[in-house]
Formats: sequence, structure tokens, C-alpha cells
Amino acid sequence: MIFLKLSKPADYKNPYFYIIMKKTLFDKVWDKHVVQQIVEGPDVLFIDRHMVHEVTSPVAFLGLKNRNINVMYPERTFATADHNTPTLNQHLPIKDPLSAKQLDALEKNAAEHGISYWGLGHEKNGIVHVVGPEYGITLPGATIVCGDSHTSTHGAFGAIAFGIGTSEVEMVLSTQCILQPKPKKMRININGTLQKGVTPKDVALFIISKLTTSGATGHFVEYAGEVIKNMTMEGRMTVCNLSIEMGARGGMIAPDKKTFHYIKNREFTPRGAAWDKAMDYWQELYTDEGADFDKEFFFDGNEIEPMITFGTNPGMGMGISKNIPTADSIEGGASTYQKSLNYMGYKEGESMIGKDIDFVFIGSCTNGRIEDFRDFTKIVKGRKKADHVTAWLVPGSHKVEKAIKEEGLLDILHASGFELREPGCSACLAMNDDKVPQGKYAVSTSNRNFEGRQGPGSRTLLASPMMAAAAAVTGKVTDPRTLINF
Amino acid sequence: MAYDKFDILNSSAVPLPIENVDTDQIIPARFLKATERIGFGENLFRDWRYNNDNTPKEDFVLNNSTYSGKILVGAKNFGSGSSREHAAWAIYDYGFRCVISSFFADIFRNNCLNIGVLPVQISPGFLEHIFAIIDEDPRSTLTVDLPNQKVTIDKTGSSEGFEINPYKKENMTNGFDDIDYLLNIKKDIKDFAQDTPL
Repeated sequence: MIFLKLSKPADYKNPYFYIIMKKTLFDKVWDKHVVQQIVEGPDVLFIDRHMVHEVTSPVAFLGLKNRNINVMYPERTFATADHNTPTLNQHLPIKDPLSAKQLDALEKNAAEHGISYWGLGHEKNGIVHVVGPEYGITLPGATIVCGDSHTSTHGAFGAIAFGIGTSEVEMVLSTQCILQPKPKKMRININGTLQKGVTPKDVALFIISKLTTSGATGHFVEYAGEVIKNMTMEGRMTVCNLSIEMGARGGMIAPDKKTFHYIKNREFTPRGAAWDKAMDYWQELYTDEGADFDKEFFFDGNEIEPMITFGTNPGMGMGISKNIPTADSIEGGASTYQKSLNYMGYKEGESMIGKDIDFVFIGSCTNGRIEDFRDFTKIVKGRKKADHVTAWLVPGSHKVEKAIKEEGLLDILHASGFELREPGCSACLAMNDDKVPQGKYAVSTSNRNFEGRQGPGSRTLLASPMMAAAAAVTGKVTDPRTLINF
Repeated sequence: MAYDKFDILNSSAVPLPIENVDTDQIIPARFLKATERIGFGENLFRDWRYNNDNTPKEDFVLNNSTYSGKILVGAKNFGSGSSREHAAWAIYDYGFRCVISSFFADIFRNNCLNIGVLPVQISPGFLEHIFAIIDEDPRSTLTVDLPNQKVTIDKTGSSEGFEINPYKKENMTNGFDDIDYLLNIKKDIKDFAQDTPL
């Protein structure tokens, strides 16, 4: 089927365009990747790097087969298995036949199309958004997509990175492009200094609690301000990762020395002359003074406390010293709010401190990196896991797992009664056996507290690795600042 | 994948007046293990629709035979969360061709448009009105007119316009998808790629 549509070349090719316009970081990267603008339609956006996993890709590969076409640029496509993989005994055959079939399909599809595949047991295997940065697939100024909403993680490097659906995965596989209307622009500034015990996760949950889960819908967010500037790359990844939880298409941060230092000499990072050339481009990646945003917010980092969620979406979070808001004090429908609290078994006006918990999960693309395990270990060091708590410690990748061992964290964790599992998405979405049972409470460092997200009937409290550690050793919701002795 | 053309849809509607319905509710992750796009409708709203022993939950709207139709009417921020296109597939496979809400999450909206489910965004006031009309008479029908970009409550004749990108509108009315378009400009893409280092 062929249909023609009038199109005009992008204005961006006109050099005057650049002189006149003050551009945001987002504009600079987006505009550079526009192949064509469709009149009264979306932009044809070129995608530099495409990451693929087992769950959202099989139907896309099937689509290629039905159209009898191949992957256009296999060298720009990277596949890893993460969503439904077990976190114990990965060397054994997978028990669940449906999961096994899906992994098998990815392996076959990757082989058939010449795509590099980091499957189960591969030394580079891990969560797609953890391994991307680890091996330099993630670069500043790049466009990166994946059939996963937390693709926004890669924005920490100054990339435009966003999640797509399976039809779009098929588009990118077949043409390396995607049709997208250019989103609106939002800047979120966080200035000041974070208190001890307050982490990037708390910053993100704080912002989402202020903006709600739909506050940034239709926008691409740039994070700026002293707090972001002072954050490590791992921390920036956590903040960008959670952009989707306020509805944003993605989030990004201007690259700086920290960014360049992080990516230098990684496997898929350019080298030599290519590095120098890339640096010329990357160093221009910042928002011009006076560039316009559709929306802008300012927050004071000093005001942020360790955060915890009490409801069934990531916007239902609060500082640990606060009480659960009353229905009349929140924006939105009271019946939906009440339904959410009923599901959690909580009441308006209650404190979260001292609430019983059953499970603790540290891991996921949000908080499954080495820094998160360092935070967790700092709190549990010299303490014991509460007997009734089941703790799942799941590194984001084999590289993280290795660092946990090499830095001596594993010995401390063992001494405190914790075991480390093998990498994967695990209990974040509970596609594998890591399911929180009906009615049980889990303090989780992951990204979503939706009903049943961690298993049918499970109840999730989202928090930082420090908050998770405090819960794991006390068996209750505990302000991690009361346990800080470092 | 090509889908049925969308023109004018006249149907009764199923109301779901809950805000922030996320894609984990529309289809829980444990039902995403298929390698083909088959049978997702069975698990649409799985955990709201069925008990643990797979018996239907009586009070959920999809289990109430009073309500039926090809239009799902949701509340604010419908389709938030995960990018899983399976959510849109489940809605389509169940038999819905249109979702009406006062606000949609971005990725879900895109996914719907890509597979032939029309997301129709209307004002909060008109949405309330539709919920009230369905509440009064569950057999009330709505007319979703894509060519004229208008939703009408047939009984009262009251209507409201809705926005859709002209390109996407053309796709929906013809049953085209984006890949058809992109494959058509493959040469331009190749030229562009040459100037864009990996």
C-alpha cells in the first residue's frame, strides 16, 4: 500500500534558523534528528540507538516478517533480556514455558537480524536501562528509544530518550525512524542543598507528589539547578527515570564534565577523532539563555525529606514526617482517592511511620545501580534484617553485581542477613516468580505502586534505598535519618 | 499492522468513572508473555474483573450485562504508566474501537492511534454529562464522528468537538499505519543516516 503526502524539508536546514532561535537543550537534540516534517503532522525523527527487550519486541519482529522486510540498521539496535527473567538459578533452564518462549523468540530474532544480544547468563546482561549507560550505548545528544516507558533514564546524559509502543518498535526496526509530534517543553529547577538521608529518589518522588502523575503529560522535561548539578550520574539517572511517572514523555539533563567522564572509554563510546568530533557537538548541549519553556517550576532542595508513598500511584507520596492527606485537600476525585487508600488499608490523616511491612525490594531501573546498593548497605551495616521481612536484593546488571562483590558490600550484606539475587527487572513488575503475595506490604525502590504491580493484591510503598534499608532492619516504616551514623 | 478503517461509530458505551487508570490495571504484566498479538481481550482489566479463583467480580462493569458497546468511557488520566501496547491491544481485542476521556497519557494515546482505537479527549464537563446519561439509561448511544471530529449524545443531541492530528486522522480513516509512510521515504532516511554517526 502506498500513499503520498506533501512534505517539506525541515526548516532546521536553514542556517538562519539557528541564528534567530534561542534553543533549549531539548530543541537542539530534537531538531538535529528531524529527517522530515510532515505538514500538519508529526516529525519524522531519526533514532540513533534502539534498545530491545523480550516483552515488547516479539510482535514487532513478527510485523517485519509479515511485511517481508529486515531490520534497517542492526548495528544501531541492542537487545537484552530482563523483564521476565528469573533472579535465582539463571544457569538452569527457565521453568515458566511462556517466559522461556519469549526469551527464545528474542534470541532467534536477534540472530536472524544480526542484532547484538545480551541474553540470560551473558556477562553484559542486565536491565536494559542499566546496561545502556554501562557500555556507552547511551550518549549525550543522541535519540534513544525502547519499548519501555522508563527509557527516560538515558536522558541523564543529555539524550532524548523515551518509551514507545510495539508498533513504534516495529517502525524503528524497519526504518530507524519514528513519527512523533514535537512535545512541549518544561523545565524543573531544584536549587539549594539536600539534607543528609535525602537521595535523588526522594527528589523525584517529591516532584511527582507536587505535579501529580499527569502534571507533565505532553511535555519533555529538562531538570536543572544546583541539586541536579551536584548529583552523580547514577542519581541523575534515577531522577530522569521517574519522569514518566508524572506523565512526561521524557526527562533530560545537560551534559557536563561528570557526564563526559562517565562515558569516556566505554565499549560503545566513540574514540579518538570520533570522540573529539562528538565533544564539539556535546559541549553545545545546554539551554540557551532566554530560551522559552511552555512551563517552568522551581523547588527548594532544602525542603525535601525522605519520601514514601501511601497510595496506588507514584504521585501519592509525602515526606516521612507528614500525615496522609485528607481527600478534601487533594486535587482530583475523592472516590478514586478513597478507593486507593482502601486498597492500601490506610486512612486519611495517619502517619506512615511504624506501619508494618512484609517485603523489601531493592533493584529495578530506578534504583538498581551500585550507588543504590552503597546507600542500602550503609544503613544495614552492623544491624540485622528483621526476621519477618523477606528481602529481595536484585542488582540491575552483572556489572553492578560484580561491583557489589568487589567493593565488599556483599560481605556486609551477608553479615546482616541479606542475600543477593541475579540481575533483572524482578519484583518491579513481577513478571517472574518474584511476586509479593496478596495483601502484603512491600517497601520498594522501584517506580510504580499501582494496584497489583508487584503481584496480584500486593501493596507497594515506593521509597529510596535508604528508606528500604531502614524498613528491612526495623520491620516497619522508619525514617532512615534516625539510623544514619555515617 | 493494518487495521479496520474508522469512520463514524454509533454505539452504546461502557462507563469506567475511575481516574488515573494505569496500563497495569488494563492488562497486568503477567499477561504480557505472548509472542503473538492474540487473546489479550480475555485479560482486559483482569484483576478488577476476576477474583483469584477466576470467578467474575460481580460489581465490575465488564461483568454487568446492562452495559455493553464499542465505546469505553474512562475518567481523567486514562492509560498512565507503562508503555505496553498490549493495553491498547486488549481494549481492541475485547471489542472496543474508541476510548473517551477528559485526559489521556501520551504513550497510551499514541499506541491507540497506531492500532486503530480512537482516543477521544473531551472536556471534563461533557465527560460528566456522558457518565450521567449512561447512568440514567445504560442503553444510551453515542455517535463518534471522526470525519467531523465530533461526539454526540444521540438522546439529547448535545455534542462536543475533539482534536486529532490531521495526519493521524487520515491514517485512521484509511486504515494506514506509520510504517507504510516511513517505508515510502526510505531513501531520505538512508541519506540522513549517512550523515549521522552511530
